[in-house]
Amino acid sequence: MTLYVLKRIVAAFFTLVLIATITFFLMNAIPGSPFMTDKSTPEQIAKANAKYGLDQPLPVQWWRYMTNYLRGDMGVSLKMQEGTEVTKILFGQGKFELSIRVGLWALLLAIVLGIPLGCIAAYNRGKAVDSVLRVLTTFGVAVPSFVFATLLLLIFAVHLKWLPVLSNSLETPASYVMPVLSLALYPSCYIAKLTRTSMLDAINQDYIRTARAKGLKTRRIIFKHALRNSLIPVITYLGPLAASIVTGGFVVETTFSIPGLGKYFISSILNRDYPVIMGTTVVLAALIVIMNLVVDIAYKIVDPRITLTAKED
Amino acid sequence: MSEFQAEKKVLLEVKDLKVSFFTHAGEVKAVDGISYTLRSNEVMGIVGESGSGKSVEAYSIMGLLQSPGKIVGGSVHFDGEDLLAYTPDQMTEFRGNRASMIFQNPMTCMNPVYTVGDQLIEALRSHRKDISREEARKRAKEMLEQVGVNNPERRLDQYPHEFSGGMRQRAMIAMALICNPELLIADEPTTALDVTIQEQILELMKTLKGRNNMSIIFITHNLGVVAEICDRVSVMYAGHIVEQGSVNDIFYQPKHPYTKGLLASMPRMDMVEHERLIPIDGTPVDLLDPPKGCSFGPRCRYCMKVCLNNPPPAVAVGEDNHVCACWLQVKEMLRQKEGEQLE
Repeated sequence: MTLYVLKRIVAAFFTLVLIATITFFLMNAIPGSPFMTDKSTPEQIAKANAKYGLDQPLPVQWWRYMTNYLRGDMGVSLKMQEGTEVTKILFGQGKFELSIRVGLWALLLAIVLGIPLGCIAAYNRGKAVDSVLRVLTTFGVAVPSFVFATLLLLIFAVHLKWLPVLSNSLETPASYVMPVLSLALYPSCYIAKLTRTSMLDAINQDYIRTARAKGLKTRRIIFKHALRNSLIPVITYLGPLAASIVTGGFVVETTFSIPGLGKYFISSILNRDYPVIMGTTVVLAALIVIMNLVVDIAYKIVDPRITLTAKED
Repeated sequence: MSEFQAEKKVLLEVKDLKVSFFTHAGEVKAVDGISYTLRSNEVMGIVGESGSGKSVEAYSIMGLLQSPGKIVGGSVHFDGEDLLAYTPDQMTEFRGNRASMIFQNPMTCMNPVYTVGDQLIEALRSHRKDISREEARKRAKEMLEQVGVNNPERRLDQYPHEFSGGMRQRAMIAMALICNPELLIADEPTTALDVTIQEQILELMKTLKGRNNMSIIFITHNLGVVAEICDRVSVMYAGHIVEQGSVNDIFYQPKHPYTKGLLASMPRMDMVEHERLIPIDGTPVDLLDPPKGCSFGPRCRYCMKVCLNNPPPAVAVGEDNHVCACWLQVKEMLRQKEGEQLE
């Protein structure tokens, strides 16, 4: 197990190098420069390029990125917060933390809501409850988060005035409500659908019949015997979801004006702020890689038949 | 033998049980009026081909029938109590406690994500709530030992996929018997196992039957298995019991053409080498549209006019509750009566 994790960490390192390389060349392929404005002259741009080493050939720049990253140096912002270290922008100013905070709550809500709803739908298959849930979850999967977020804003902030319009830095619990809800809508509905499908599959298995023949109560059969067997597809989805919920919060962060990472990521691309683009990409890629590792280990915990390494067989 | 059996108490009495599946295509009469009694410590074999209703009948007794299946008539009495009148909660308490069931495919019948010990302990503790986990574990270990699983202490903590097929069926039996049920329903328990393991499992069931003083309903399509373990046999065809009797009567004095056909289609040790087996012609009936008369009529080589229009009554054809539902037997009976009168 330890060996397996070590192996995966080594593999993860190469994955990250690859992602950073691809991002580096892609971002340099976009026309434009961080120093290009309406007023800047070609001389000024050339001077700034020379100052930050952007005048050197791409492979040289790439090598510099890689070696600096190994030392934990992500460079400095070229434009958005000129001269500030990228590590400080990402971790020091609470951006990452804000996104994580909203993201984790949304993830938690999606799981706590999605899995039981899926169980209920599967258990009441074909009945009214199932139909209502199917309509609701299809709605949740289909509606874009900005529509839902705007709807929430209109109802709870503008008309009812229960919740603040701007969430900003999430100082009060009330400011969490709408961002978390809008972020959790899609994943919770998707998880509910996923759980329903795999639960229905599990319910028709022979071991469920055995459990009934043993005289177990329905609740125990559903939540002990069927649920654990139907969790595999859900876990598979949870890995990428956890990462994307943090990164994909751009729309929601913009709607509620939360100065999070998602929002900053998009503006860094628009501004061609190369070191910030590289920094955010690598951090998010690392997050996804870690989540995938966590998912693979979670498989093993949920289903003892799964072996992580060939040797364990 | 009949006197001896009459003394034993009746454990299960099934009367005119009818089970239908309400599908889009119409009502499928899977079980159409079957009756039998099972005494304590008796093994009743139910034989029949696929789709003859033998499993459905067993599921109905256990209350395991699932939609669109429904019991539409008849009664089931267990130890004098009407099972069909039980509430769902009472039925849950009944299952696994007073009557247990084991199934055909031991490979898929245990939950793959829990240890065998966990599943055994769960079966016990769901009915005996006062038993502590440690005690339950001890009992589970004893049960595994009883069914011949080696090294039970270690085996308890293993998962089903670490057991072989035969071992899993043993564990299933241990699980079914952990609450000392009075009735065990075995739904083709040996079908998925190879012959040597089949033999071991049958031996085990015989031993456990004697030790725990329980009755067994043994569902199978394998007549060899029936001969080995059963006291009485019911032969089912298209939802009806066509013949019922002691194992000797069924094997040595079969009366119903279907029973005879089944026996003739089975290889025997005393057969000449390369001798052909005799199949039963035709295909099983469509239960959506069963024949008006005898369900076996269309395939029967002795079929008469009366067979096609009227369902045959069950008549006693010998001692020891040997019953057969066939117009030929009715005819035979009438002829005998006439003969007696003439004399």
